[in-house]
Amino acid sequence: MATLELAGVRKSFGAVPVLHGIDLAVADGEMVVIVGASGCGKSTLLRIVAGLETPTGGRVLIDGRDVTPLEPADRDIAMVFQNYALYPHMSVFDNMAYGLKIRRVPRAEIRRRVQETAELLGISALLDRRPRQLSGGQRQRVAMGRAIVREPRLFLFDEPLSNLDAKLRVQMRAEIRRLQRRLGVTSLFVTHDQTEAMTLGDRLVVMHQGRAAQIATPMEVWARPADTYVAGFIGSPAMNFLEARLAAEGRAAALAAGPVLRFADGARPGPEGRRLVLGVRPEHVRAAAAGEDGIPLAVDLAEPLGSETVLHGRLPGGEAFTARLPGAGAPQAGTVLPLLLPAEALHVFDAETGRRLDPLPA
Amino acid sequence: MRAPEGIGPAEGRAAAAARRRRLLDRAWTHGWLVLGVLVFALPIWITLVGSTHDAATIGRGEVPLLPGHHAIGNYATAWAEGGGRFRTTAAAVMLWNSALMALLIAAGKIAISLLSAYAVAFFSFPGRMAFFWMIFLTLMLPVEVRIIPTFQVMVDLALINTMAGLVVPLVASATATLLFRQFFLTIPDEYVEAAKMDGAGPLRFFRDVVVPLSVTNIAALFVILFIYGWNQYLWPLLVVNDSSLETIVVGLSKMIGTGDAQNEWNTIMATAVLAMLPPVAVVVLMQRWFVRGLTETEK
Repeated sequence: MATLELAGVRKSFGAVPVLHGIDLAVADGEMVVIVGASGCGKSTLLRIVAGLETPTGGRVLIDGRDVTPLEPADRDIAMVFQNYALYPHMSVFDNMAYGLKIRRVPRAEIRRRVQETAELLGISALLDRRPRQLSGGQRQRVAMGRAIVREPRLFLFDEPLSNLDAKLRVQMRAEIRRLQRRLGVTSLFVTHDQTEAMTLGDRLVVMHQGRAAQIATPMEVWARPADTYVAGFIGSPAMNFLEARLAAEGRAAALAAGPVLRFADGARPGPEGRRLVLGVRPEHVRAAAAGEDGIPLAVDLAEPLGSETVLHGRLPGGEAFTARLPGAGAPQAGTVLPLLLPAEALHVFDAETGRRLDPLPA
Repeated sequence: MRAPEGIGPAEGRAAAAARRRRLLDRAWTHGWLVLGVLVFALPIWITLVGSTHDAATIGRGEVPLLPGHHAIGNYATAWAEGGGRFRTTAAAVMLWNSALMALLIAAGKIAISLLSAYAVAFFSFPGRMAFFWMIFLTLMLPVEVRIIPTFQVMVDLALINTMAGLVVPLVASATATLLFRQFFLTIPDEYVEAAKMDGAGPLRFFRDVVVPLSVTNIAALFVILFIYGWNQYLWPLLVVNDSSLETIVVGLSKMIGTGDAQNEWNTIMATAVLAMLPPVAVVVLMQRWFVRGLTETEK
């Protein structure tokens, strides 16, 4: 149990910078998920915390102590690897006990701790087996057990669920969350899967091109994305983006297609005509009732999912647009459907920087 | 297969003809295979049979194909006294020398190449690839090419006529180093990283993970290297002239005189049979491991 702090962590491989200075403070017992597309530097960041990579700049502090120069073994960290990295020639018991053996923990205590952990994970019956004789989910548990049994100050997870099938993934996701809560160990979890990130994390670090685009709780990231990248990355189907210009003294946006949408929460700064990007989540869109003045969506693909239907199509300006409407009785491809974009569901971003534009204080 | 009921005599005849053709086919294949076995087995059979006759029978130029009655006497002579014109070293001593030499060479080669391959595969140090290529280049130089300088070094170190002198120059193996390196490169990086997190140092990791994972490879190489060591001829011939250190391969060739006196073919053949047994035993005993080492990649 410990706090973790990253201060201006940078990393370059040769001349190629992959991390541009990451600052992050993880509270004791907190689970922080680092999420991003492949190549965003999230694994590198985790490996720097583990001590498997040396940062080019910045410091890593555990419990306020600078561990940057320390070897991985001296940081008191356990890591769950993507492909589990279980030693194939050792039994499950030996795999779990190996770290303790090296630390010269007495035999009786090793036995006790391994058995307790195995019980916690429901793998007591597998202790004599070899990793090769286990299923994917069981291997995953053993890999977790190997980390837990060490009773480290910090857990690191490097995409541990990506080798499991979809059903098992959901199950293990919940299990990891429960275990982490129960053990209260500070954890960093790396994933490229936004659902995993949303469900597992107390907070998310959304990484983009070596920078932390946003560090916030999952709901905050979803409700108030810091920039267009985060907005597009979190949420499925992805948020719609529409080009617009600031109008009505900052109180509305004029879409390229014509309609003017008023902001519900106040004026945005900037001159009239400032270039904006408006974001609308597909699930916030409504079909216009008779008499309401909607924006027509030319539907070219309808995906009925049972409880809801996802419509893909184009707006009059030619922009691609996705809407998620409740029910299965939605229109078929080829029809034109007038849509309403509710004012309170609009996200406003600056077109130049992609940053979120918050309303001016009233 | 019996013809199913309800099939007319014509179909029955056709089936019978097909069966005959298949049988003939099989006889033909087996005939060739048996012939191949005979070609390989005949010299060994002649040696075996020869070792059971008295010296005179073979001396007359006969090549007996059936065993004689002198087996016990011939083997006893070969084992305890040695044979041939010069009454060379007893086979028991030579077998011991050969076994010790082959074992030391095989074990030494495996130990050294495991360690050097570990260094080359898992560590980055300045000149790593240079070292690797230096080791690799020694593959290009057979023992015969460097035999004179090697002999000079052994003389300077006063290792002539010693077991160490027999073994040491043969104990490094570029081939084994190369094979182990290739195998080590297939060991996932995650194992190394997991071990680092667990706090295992390099030697601990070597002992606990790398060596156990290499067991089948080690076994396969051991078989090859043991036979390689056992069959050494030129180097033992040069470096040893003390008959108590004679190896059996060299001793065997020394038994055969080139002059006009009779060769005692019976004891020579008995010694030859004895010389074959240990390598055969190693292959038979290690076969299971050997095949696994060559074919299986442990995941």
